[in-house]
Amino acid sequence: MDPNKVAKNFSEIYPPMAPEEAAVEANRCLYCYDAPCIQACPTRINIPKFIKQIATKNALGSAKTILEANPMGHSCARVCPVDSLCEGACVYHAWHKKPIQIARLQRVATDYYYSGRTPLFYSATSNGKKVAMIGAGPASLSCAFYLAQLGYSITLFEKNPKPGGLNMYGIAEYKMTQETALKEVDLIRDLGVEIKTGVEVGKDYPVSRLDRDFDAVFVGVGLGSTASLGITGENLKGVLDALTFIRHIKTRQFSKISPGRVTVVIGAGNTAIDAVTQAKRSGTPRVLLAYRRSEKEMPAYEYEYEIAKQDGIEFLWNALPFRILGKTGVTGIEFLKTKTDSRGHLKTVLSSLPRRQAGKFRVSCDRVIVAIGQTKQIDLFEALKLELDASGRIRVDSETLQTNRPKFFAGGDAINGGREVVNAAADGKRAAAAIHRYLTPEKESRVKSSELRVSV
Amino acid sequence: MKKNNGVSQTHNSQLATRNSSVDISTDCAGIKSPNPFWLASAPPTNSGEQVMRAFDHGWGGAVWKTLGEDPPIVNVTSRYGAIEIGGLKMAGFNNIELITDRPLRDNLKEIYEVKKRYPKNAVVVSLMVPCERKSWHDIVKQVEDAGCDGLELNFGCPHGMSERGMGSAVGQVPDYIEMVVGYVKEVARTPVLVKLTPNIADIRYPARAAKKGRGDGVSLINTINSIMGIDLESLKPKFSLDGKIAHGGYCGPAVKPIALNMLSQIAADPETKGFPISGIGGISNWADAVEFMLLGASSVQVCTAVMHYGFRIVEEMIDGLTLWMRRKGFSKLNDFIGFSASSIVDWKKLNLHAKTVAKIDPGKCIQCDLCYVACNDTAHQCIALDGGRVPHVIEEDCVGCNLCSIVCPVEGCITMQEIRTDAEPLTWEEYVAKGMKGYREVYKRFHDG
Repeated sequence: MDPNKVAKNFSEIYPPMAPEEAAVEANRCLYCYDAPCIQACPTRINIPKFIKQIATKNALGSAKTILEANPMGHSCARVCPVDSLCEGACVYHAWHKKPIQIARLQRVATDYYYSGRTPLFYSATSNGKKVAMIGAGPASLSCAFYLAQLGYSITLFEKNPKPGGLNMYGIAEYKMTQETALKEVDLIRDLGVEIKTGVEVGKDYPVSRLDRDFDAVFVGVGLGSTASLGITGENLKGVLDALTFIRHIKTRQFSKISPGRVTVVIGAGNTAIDAVTQAKRSGTPRVLLAYRRSEKEMPAYEYEYEIAKQDGIEFLWNALPFRILGKTGVTGIEFLKTKTDSRGHLKTVLSSLPRRQAGKFRVSCDRVIVAIGQTKQIDLFEALKLELDASGRIRVDSETLQTNRPKFFAGGDAINGGREVVNAAADGKRAAAAIHRYLTPEKESRVKSSELRVSV
Repeated sequence: MKKNNGVSQTHNSQLATRNSSVDISTDCAGIKSPNPFWLASAPPTNSGEQVMRAFDHGWGGAVWKTLGEDPPIVNVTSRYGAIEIGGLKMAGFNNIELITDRPLRDNLKEIYEVKKRYPKNAVVVSLMVPCERKSWHDIVKQVEDAGCDGLELNFGCPHGMSERGMGSAVGQVPDYIEMVVGYVKEVARTPVLVKLTPNIADIRYPARAAKKGRGDGVSLINTINSIMGIDLESLKPKFSLDGKIAHGGYCGPAVKPIALNMLSQIAADPETKGFPISGIGGISNWADAVEFMLLGASSVQVCTAVMHYGFRIVEEMIDGLTLWMRRKGFSKLNDFIGFSASSIVDWKKLNLHAKTVAKIDPGKCIQCDLCYVACNDTAHQCIALDGGRVPHVIEEDCVGCNLCSIVCPVEGCITMQEIRTDAEPLTWEEYVAKGMKGYREVYKRFHDG
C-alpha cells in the first residue's frame, strides 16, 4: 500500500487535544467529591485529581496520578470503552450536558509524559525474590510495574517477538499504534523488568523450571487463537482469522493481505468491527459483517458500530455461516437465516420452513475473516496444572487472583474470558498486591500492599 | 471624521427615540454626558482619534489620558500583564504605562477638536504635575482653554510617577490632596474630580481631604499595587522587561468588590455623604455599572473591558442599562443612583436574629457532592449524604453561611431560604447593651421555641 494512504487510513481517529482545548475541558470538570467516574474505573484512577492537575498546568503530576493507578493509562486513554465506564458515570449526564472528555484529557497527560524524559517511577532495592509472568500483555505488565517498585526481580516470558500483547498486535490501528504500545512497555522495562520475547512457556521454556526458579508466577497469557467456525471450506485459501489479519496490518505486512474485491467478516464483537474497518481501510472495496443474531444483540459497543457504519460497511443480520464455498480459494459463503425465539434461543429459519432452500442465501466473496472470539489456552493451563472453570477460564480467588496452586496467580483475559485492557490492568495490580502479601508478610514489608491503592 | 460625526448623531438620536421613556443622561459633579459610561483615563483615551471613535460607538464621556508637563515622559516597552482565571483571559490586568508620552500641545489641540465635533459628550482631562501651585495653575488654564468639560486630578497612579512624588504619592497623604485640590480650585472654571488611590488604609481620609480642598467629586478606584507573577521556567517575573519588572497598577474584573467597598465607604461616611462619585474598578458590562450606581456613582469609568474587547462594548452597556431601567420602572438615573448605599452598614448593625438555611432541590442535584465536601471540610458540618450521593441539609445545624449554594454548579439547586423567627431584630450593639452572652442567648428563641 502507498505509505501516504497507510498514514491516512490508519491514523488515530481521535486526534490529541490542543492545549487550549484541554485547558477549557479540564476547567469544566467539577472536581466531584468521591467522584462517580473514579468508582466506574476498574483501576480507580483519581480522575478529578488528574484533571485538576492538567488545569493547573501540572501535566507531569497528572500523568503520575494516572499511571500509579493504571500503568496501562497510555493505551486505556485510547481504547477504553469510556461511555460505559468513567465518562458514562460523569455527573454532567444528570445535568443533561456533555460529560467531561476524560479519555482525551488522560491522553494529554500520558502523551506529555511519554514525550518527555522525566522519570516518575523507580524500582526498589532488590528484595531477593523472583516473580515470573507468563505473557507480556497488559495484565502481566501491570503486575510487573507494581512488583518491580516493591523490589521483586521480575521476568516476563512472551512468545511473540515483541511485548505488549493485544495492545501490540490486536487493536485496530486507528485506535492505537504499535508505537504507543511499545512506549508503554518501556515504562515497565525501565524499572529493570526483564522481558524475554520469543520464548513460549511450555515449549521454549519448561513449566518445571518456573516452579524451580521463581517464588511466584503470574499467568497473564490472555486467550489463544481465534475460534474456528467448524464448517466446510474453512481451510480454503482466503479464509483467515481476525487477529492474524489485524496483526498483518499492524506489522505493515500488506503483501500477506491482498485486499481483493469482497470480504465477509464473521462475528459482531469489537474485534469483528476492527476487522471490517481495517479491511475497508486496507483497500477492499466491499466489506460485509455477518452476524448470526440480530442487530440489537450485537456485542460490539455502540460507538464501535458507528465507526463501521461510517466506513461504509454492509451488515448481514441473522446470518449463520453454513459453509464456505470454493475449490481452492474462497468464492463465496452460504448462510442460514436465523431468528431469536422468545426465550432468546437462536433458531434457524430453515427448520420451520416447508422448502429448505428458502432459509438459505449466498454471498459471493473472495475473503472470509473469522472473528467469533478466541479459544482458551487449555494446553498451557493443563501443563501448569491450573484448575479451570466450565468455560475454560483459570479459576482464581476473586480477591487475590490466586489459583488452586498457591504460588500461581492469574489475571486478564485468561480469567475473564476476554474483556478490556483496563480490566487486565486492574487484575495485574490486584495480583501484585496479593503476590506481595504472599511473598512478604506485612510485618517484614517495607511497603504495605495497601499502599498500592488496590481497591478493585 | 465629519461623516463619522454624522453617524454618531444619528445613532444617539435613534437611541433617544427608542428609549423615549428612559433618560440615561447624567450629571456627575456638574459634568454632563448623554450616558453614564465614560472611558477611564488610560491607553484607550490616548488620542483625539481614539476618543472620537469611542464617542461614535456611544461612549458618553472620556477621561483623557493623563497630561503632564513637557517634555513628555518616556515609557518602557513591556507595559501590560494579566492573569487568567478559569478561562477568563483578563480576570485581572495590570500596567506600568506612565501618563501620556505625547507633547502637551498635541493633546490640547486634539481636545479642542474633539469638543468642537462632539459638544454633547463629556471630555474630562486627567492631570498630573508636580505639587507646586504654579505647575497646577498653568496646566489647568491650558486644558480649560482647550474646551474640556471637567478635570480629574490623578492622585492614583501607583507606578513610576509615584516614584517622582506624583500620582499615588499624593493620594496617600490627605494633606497633599487637600493642598493640591486647593491650588486647582483657585483657577478652575470646570468641575474638579479627584481620582483616589486604593493603596491606602482607609479611603475615607483621602475622600474627606478632596472635599475639604473644595473638589467637586471623587473618582475611584485607581489601580492597586501588583506583581502579576513569576514564570516558573525562566524564574523571572511574568511580563518582565530585560528580566525585570516593577510593580504595576492592578485592575479588571477581579478588583470590582474592592472598588465597591471603597465607594460605599465614601457614600456612607457622614463627612462625604452625597459627594459626587465617578465609579471605577472592574466594570465590564451594564450590570457592573448599575451596581456602582446603586452605591452612589453618578458616572462610571471603564478601561480593562475596553482594552479586552474594544469600544463596541458600550453598545451592549447602553442597551442593558436601558432595558433594566424600563423593567424596574426607572425613568432617569437619579431614580436609583445611591439606592442601595444605605444597605451597607457596619457589622454591628446587622440583625443577629435574621436566619437563613440552605435548601437543596434533589430534583436538580447532579450529585457532584461539592456542597457536602465544602460544608463538611471547611464550614459547619451540616450537610449529610447518608450513604447515598444525594446530599441533604441538617437544618438545625445549618448556620446559613451560603458556602454550599456558592459552590453548587447548578443554577437554583441550592437556595438560601429565610426562616421566620418572629423575633425582634437584634443587632450586636443591642446584644452588648443587653449584656447577652453567647449563641444560646441569641438563638434560644428558635431552638427552644
